[in-house]
Amino acid sequence: MAYIKIDKEKCKGCLLCMTNCPKGLIIQDEEINIKGVRAVSFKNNSECTGCAFCALMCPDVCIEVYK
Amino acid sequence: MKITNKTSSTNQTSKALRKVFSLPASMRDVAMHYCSGCGHGIIHRLICEVIDELEIREKTIGVAPVGCAVLAYDYWNFDTTEASHGRPPAVATGIKRILPERIVFTYQGDGDLAAIGTAEIIHTANRGENITVIFVNNAVYGMTGGQMAPTTILGQKTETTPWGRDAQRDGFPLKISEMLALLSGVVYVERTAVNNAKNVLLTKKAIKKAFLNQIENKGFSLVEILSPCPTYWRMSPVEAVKWIETEMVKYYPLGVIKG
Ligand SMILES: Cc1ncc(C[n+]2csc(CCOP(=O)(O)OP(=O)(O)O)c2C)c(N)n1
Ligand code: SF4
Ligand code: SF4
Repeated sequence: MAYIKIDKEKCKGCLLCMTNCPKGLIIQDEEINIKGVRAVSFKNNSECTGCAFCALMCPDVCIEVYK
Repeated sequence: MKITNKTSSTNQTSKALRKVFSLPASMRDVAMHYCSGCGHGIIHRLICEVIDELEIREKTIGVAPVGCAVLAYDYWNFDTTEASHGRPPAVATGIKRILPERIVFTYQGDGDLAAIGTAEIIHTANRGENITVIFVNNAVYGMTGGQMAPTTILGQKTETTPWGRDAQRDGFPLKISEMLALLSGVVYVERTAVNNAKNVLLTKKAIKKAFLNQIENKGFSLVEILSPCPTYWRMSPVEAVKWIETEMVKYYPLGVIKG
């Protein structure tokens, strides 16, 4: 059991976290954030292993991982 | 489109879990100015993680470059000074010689290190100065608008090579890390990339080794990091990291070059 928190205001919508999540648990939002970009959200379910691949790739340190 | 100002998405049911990844203490909690998907942010964070793990924050002095990373001192929570374009190795030499107990590193782009600062990096390396060099190779001049850099690969389109870099007209991409590895004063040179999670971890390992070498008084260490510049590669961030894997590593193979 693990989960991530995403700081959506910091997020620049690069999608590097999304493409590096082995379980496909990160999805892009339809709406835009305060920066004017489509940020990402965590698909909240029990599959997250806390591998932190998303956080390792995030250039803007928007992701916290809990395990 | 609807604008939201939600700050996070949280799993409320898992409160007991431990935080295993967050902003390193050596990094300030501020928004960075870098473009979406820029590798500078990843590399900044890795340096901070290593400084935290080695517990050297109070004695580290960084030397920031001219280039997109010119404001690095705003993002790092340790002493950092600024050098003129290409001169971080000379400034770092002075600091390290006067304050040998400090851990001194330079952070330099490929324009900074391999064009205007070629003399400084060669002689600093050749003198075997006991410093750490973080060399960010994004194959362009980012800050000034995406012109060709010495490291631009053949065929790569930039602002000044709109039809692609041509060896006859523009010369060959400069493998400066391999050149520096030949110098007797150099103890460690490795090339890594930040194009996927595994390579990010390997990059961190290399940065740690380059700092440890300095702590152990071994001498000059350099890590070259292949880093995406989606803006001036004219790609999406996801395409840019792919391009490192499919094109850039062909000319700049990853791995230990010396040490
Ligand atoms: C003495 C001097 N010459 C030229 C410049 C213009 N200039 C600023 S940044 C830069 C190149 C930056 O490229 P690089 O080092 O690769 O860093 P990046 O921006 O790609 O991270 C140049 C030529 C300058 N600031 N000072
Ligand atoms: S990697 Fe970071 S900045 Fe990029 S989309 Fe994911 S959370 Fe946003
Ligand atoms: S221009 Fe390139 S190197 Fe500079 S911040 Fe943007 S993506 Fe990064």
